[in-house]
Amino acid sequence: MTANDPSPNHLQLTRDGQLRHFLTLDGLDRALLTDILDTADSFIEVGERTIKKVPLLRGRTVVNLFFESSTRTRSTFELAAKRLSADVLNLDISTSATSKGESLSDTLLNLEAMASDMFVVRHSQSGAPHFIAESVTPGVAIINAGDGRHAHPTQAMLDMLTIRQHKGRFEGLKVAIVGDVLHSRVARSQIRALNELGAAEVRIIAPGTLLPRDVESLGCKVEYDMSRGMKDLDVVIMLRLQKERMEGALLPSEREFYRLYGLNQEKLALAHPECIVMHPGPINRGVEIESAVADGPQSVILNQVTNGIAIRMAVMSMAMGGQIAERQQKSSERAQA
Amino acid sequence: MTAQLEINQLLDELEAGLRRVLEERGVESPVVVGIRTGGVWLADVLSKRLGVGEPFGELDISFYRDDFSRIGLNPTVKPSSLPFDTEGRDIILIDDVIMSGRTIRAAMNEIFDYGRPASIILATLIDLGARELPIQPDVAGKTVALAANQRVKLRGPDPLRIELQETA
Repeated sequence: MTANDPSPNHLQLTRDGQLRHFLTLDGLDRALLTDILDTADSFIEVGERTIKKVPLLRGRTVVNLFFESSTRTRSTFELAAKRLSADVLNLDISTSATSKGESLSDTLLNLEAMASDMFVVRHSQSGAPHFIAESVTPGVAIINAGDGRHAHPTQAMLDMLTIRQHKGRFEGLKVAIVGDVLHSRVARSQIRALNELGAAEVRIIAPGTLLPRDVESLGCKVEYDMSRGMKDLDVVIMLRLQKERMEGALLPSEREFYRLYGLNQEKLALAHPECIVMHPGPINRGVEIESAVADGPQSVILNQVTNGIAIRMAVMSMAMGGQIAERQQKSSERAQA
Repeated sequence: MTAQLEINQLLDELEAGLRRVLEERGVESPVVVGIRTGGVWLADVLSKRLGVGEPFGELDISFYRDDFSRIGLNPTVKPSSLPFDTEGRDIILIDDVIMSGRTIRAAMNEIFDYGRPASIILATLIDLGARELPIQPDVAGKTVALAANQRVKLRGPDPLRIELQETA
């Protein structure tokens, strides 16, 4: 597994720097991240038409491989693939082949034999999408839809798209990520993207028990006191309290967590008056965020969902484009040899 | 050669031709759509010349190109924008140059995803021939036959001018 590979780019980029897999934001530069956001802008416009479909991936097969359940992410990936005119297969692996004893590699090789062009992979183990891209089916474009505690790059990019839409820029922005950073793959990807795109400050606001040990090395400041942390913020990103991932007593109680780290109108008033409120969903109302804030005028939570489709369309079509370019290159090299 | 591709003369031809076609077909309130990039500049100029009150539309056909499976996605794609309901409208579709006809095919596919127009009139500033599909402009500023080493390009938007390049 190569979850901490410092240079994953040999894997996710073609020789001339095009995306061919989308595994992590590590190693992707500002220009490429900006290309993804710009392309997604064009797909937002497609989503506003009578017929919300373009023929880019017509005749291609996209398989949603979810080894871990998800409703929102899976359905936005499915919708994104369908709006690109791809044929889509949804496999909930946790309940299918593996229960009959088939190995992961065998399952994937079978899917590849069905002429799949792209796998969208969610897995509870960090590095699983890397592993598949590197060792199992290198000719299939792999899109990471969340792996363990490692990364969730499309979620982070849809958050960046939402910030750019509302703020018009990243330079000078103060952004805080609040809550369960320890169990969050999104937070890592967000910190990486915000730093690469030029945000002025990334703050983590969380109790010590919900922070990973290496958190400051990710490029952020840590603040344990939420009232202090909210000061001057342009963007506040709330994380979901991952109750299903809690092992042992990391929290005194949900009520205690809400009192200290929940976002309510009082705390939001400490931020910049135009501060936007984001949340990747699903929301635990009254645990991380008050309903009046989640549904309030500063909330952009539902924009995030809409942007999720556009970002996924962008990443899928760019990765497919990279795979195509690479095949062309290889076949022309073979022809010359 | 360059002297024969004087921009204002071609725009005059295009405008006169469009007025003729609009009258023949009894079209009273057309809307103008340009194909990015050159076609958009022309859409701006011609909607003014024809006195079209509504803002013109801009099409980026990158998502509709028929060569995605050969060259991948155009990295400089920008959002299309049709700031009017196309359903039942008469559309003047404008591009700077027509050659194979593939761009126009893609553009018409895209327009139909916005709604079903009553009609489309195709206008191009320069027709280079060399068609690969059965698509012909209703109006062309000029039909030009280029030598194999010649390329023509519209530069703009201000001023618009036609550039003829010769490769060695």
